[in-house]
Amino acid sequence: MDKFSVYSARLVDKTENFTSGHRACQGCAEALAVRHVMKALGRDTIVAMSTGCMEIISSPLPLTSWKVPWIHNAFENSSAVISGVEAGMKAMMRKGKLPQKKINFVAMGGDGSTADIGMGQLSGALERGHDFVYVCYDNEAYMNTGIQRSSSTPYGASTTTSPAGKLSIGQHTQKKNMAQIAVAHNIPYVATACSSYPFDLMDKVKRAAETPGAAYIHVLSVCPTGWRIPTEDAIKYGRLAVDSCVFPLYEVINGEYKLSYKPYKKLPLTEYLKGQGRFRHLTETDIRHIQEQVDRDYAKILKLCGEGK
Amino acid sequence: MARTRKGIEVSIAMADAVAQADVDVIAAYPITPQTHIVEHLSEIVAEGHLDAEYVPVESEHSAMSVCCGSSAVGARTFTSTSSQGLALMSEIFTIAAAMRLPMVMALANRSLSSPLSIWNDHSDVMSVRDAGWLHVFVENGQECYDNVFCGFRISEDPEVMVPLAVNLDGFILTHMIEPVIYEDDETIKKYLPPFKMKNALHPDNPVSMGCFGMPEIYTETQMSREQGVQNSYPTIVKAWKEWGDLTGRYYHPVETYKADDAEYCIVTMGSYGETAMEVVDTLRKEGEKVGVVKIRLWRPFPFEDFRRAALGKKSLIVIDRAISFGGPGGPVASELRSALYGRQGAPVIVNYIAGLAGRDVSRNDFRNIILEGKAKAAKGDTDGFTLYGLRG
Amino acid sequence: MAKPMDKITWQEIETGSVVLEIGSARQYETGSWRSERPVVNAAQCIKCGVCWLFCPDSCVKQAADGHFEADLTYCKGCGICAKECPVGCIKMVSEEG
Repeated sequence: MDKFSVYSARLVDKTENFTSGHRACQGCAEALAVRHVMKALGRDTIVAMSTGCMEIISSPLPLTSWKVPWIHNAFENSSAVISGVEAGMKAMMRKGKLPQKKINFVAMGGDGSTADIGMGQLSGALERGHDFVYVCYDNEAYMNTGIQRSSSTPYGASTTTSPAGKLSIGQHTQKKNMAQIAVAHNIPYVATACSSYPFDLMDKVKRAAETPGAAYIHVLSVCPTGWRIPTEDAIKYGRLAVDSCVFPLYEVINGEYKLSYKPYKKLPLTEYLKGQGRFRHLTETDIRHIQEQVDRDYAKILKLCGEGK
Repeated sequence: MARTRKGIEVSIAMADAVAQADVDVIAAYPITPQTHIVEHLSEIVAEGHLDAEYVPVESEHSAMSVCCGSSAVGARTFTSTSSQGLALMSEIFTIAAAMRLPMVMALANRSLSSPLSIWNDHSDVMSVRDAGWLHVFVENGQECYDNVFCGFRISEDPEVMVPLAVNLDGFILTHMIEPVIYEDDETIKKYLPPFKMKNALHPDNPVSMGCFGMPEIYTETQMSREQGVQNSYPTIVKAWKEWGDLTGRYYHPVETYKADDAEYCIVTMGSYGETAMEVVDTLRKEGEKVGVVKIRLWRPFPFEDFRRAALGKKSLIVIDRAISFGGPGGPVASELRSALYGRQGAPVIVNYIAGLAGRDVSRNDFRNIILEGKAKAAKGDTDGFTLYGLRG
Repeated sequence: MAKPMDKITWQEIETGSVVLEIGSARQYETGSWRSERPVVNAAQCIKCGVCWLFCPDSCVKQAADGHFEADLTYCKGCGICAKECPVGCIKMVSEEG
């Protein structure tokens, strides 16, 4: 089956573990990513979720969109909470207090909770090697509080706390590379994915869940509201990010890099930037500068993956 | 283990109690003066004397977060911290109570920075007074040991489901070698039933925990929480009574010593109770009609027990171990004043703040505080507080 | 069926505010947010399910004859299905008539 076409959609499990009635914005590709991830994981899963868009939209008391056991505790600590869930289950099953059962332990958070406020806790959980999967849904800013910059916001993007202005290009720092930081923990599985490529995403989630020990998946999650694009273009922009090599899809299994998808023809960065309100202030010079950065970063990934140009 | 009496460091006795309670998960981060408790627990687990997961987290914030996760799946959960550790985890400390996640914490009380100090007072626990935990104060090693079992029994009771902190004075108790009676495993088994978490996270019975509350419903969630803490009172009293029936050691929310016929009393919390009793013995011989009132249960605050002990006395001399800066004095005195306000026969309250960051409060200091306090009460000099032993 | 949040008394709050009725969000009908709705030309539909796969609100359903269409109870009208449909058989139509 070709993971990068979607014509076999009907083969996907129809069970929804993340139900309709959630309050995500129209065209939210992050909610779509959650839906795909939950399809891949199935019901024998416990989810710990950080505060953020997906938590707020899925759990206004007394309602919930979740069909699996789900816990939200605070903004920065889903990785520590899932550590406790895993440790508790492990101890109780070993001691015969609970029957043995294979359960997927999964922590989820946005880029703010992952790359900024919860970074230390995630690092701790990865280092301790709990048997869990961490999924970062990266929409490249604090969207829940109104599009403030995070360390995962790309260079040049205008947000409400990194506004473009006479003296500012918008975000003036480079996007933090969380996948590479996860790799540096020597965990057995790391991957990047995007809900515009649902088969690849679901495959990676399954592989991560089957991997004993800690696994990390970084999911680019297009946010029409924050990126200032039409809602119907949410899937398209995920594809453009991958095809322009701004967001390469790859896996790192036991330290070995493997490119998941190589665009047939690498699109120029302008294809990805144009139409996004957050980049509309960029000049041609700015774009040339960013293109050079994208080329350098992509070359590095190709090299790590052992791919020729 | 058979019933034995040992001379042992209090921290070690407390860790041994945690092991006897058959805890499933311990998550902790090193901080003085709590460290010996968790060091010993990690040894017990490493040697296979306790089958548990010891999660060596990277911060206290994570320690409390891990405890929330393990309690949510129904695992018996223990942690321990002090001072800055408590301050760092305070966000999740509150959430644990709000989500009604049972667990026991040994809170080795220590002063808060700055200046950095590792020594004992109650500024740490007072900073989380309103977080919604149950708080018990202990006086000696035996009480530390006993209250681990009582703590789990209370916290995990389906009618309670509120986390509980056993407050023990840092160094004064944690590092002291004392005689402690260890109960046999059969007694513990009889006393402490297995933890059955209501609505535990499990794929066989999925639930959502920690949902978001709009203004339309937040108030109701807080009343539910308040009732949980208030309703723990009868369970606490029953748990202590049954422990006493099994072991002969009884605990009460408010305990008194030579207070029945006393005209005035000194009020303490924690390890100061023992010194206060000794000094009261001496003063009694000198003809002073003085007694001791000890607040053992700090949350839920035992209003009725306290009023029974206090009403009819002329004055109370309250020793606080923390300052509420810019406020009405020490937090304990302030609470006691409000408990007595407008009541017939209410004693006046003289408030001393003493022993900050482990500064020694000797028997002679207690004597000074009691006699000076009595004189102040007689003069009507009862406003504010006195920082005992302050230079300048 | 969960009560509306402004009708729940404190006694009805489950300990720890735990929610026992999983998937109860389906009570909340997000279809009212919509300004445009997707209209499927069933004759043209190749029944591939791409619209179903890409719907962030899981509101696309397969009809008895095999073609796919949105459940308007939940459809927020984002237009992803129309955009992604490989044969272009879905059109977004204004709710204003």
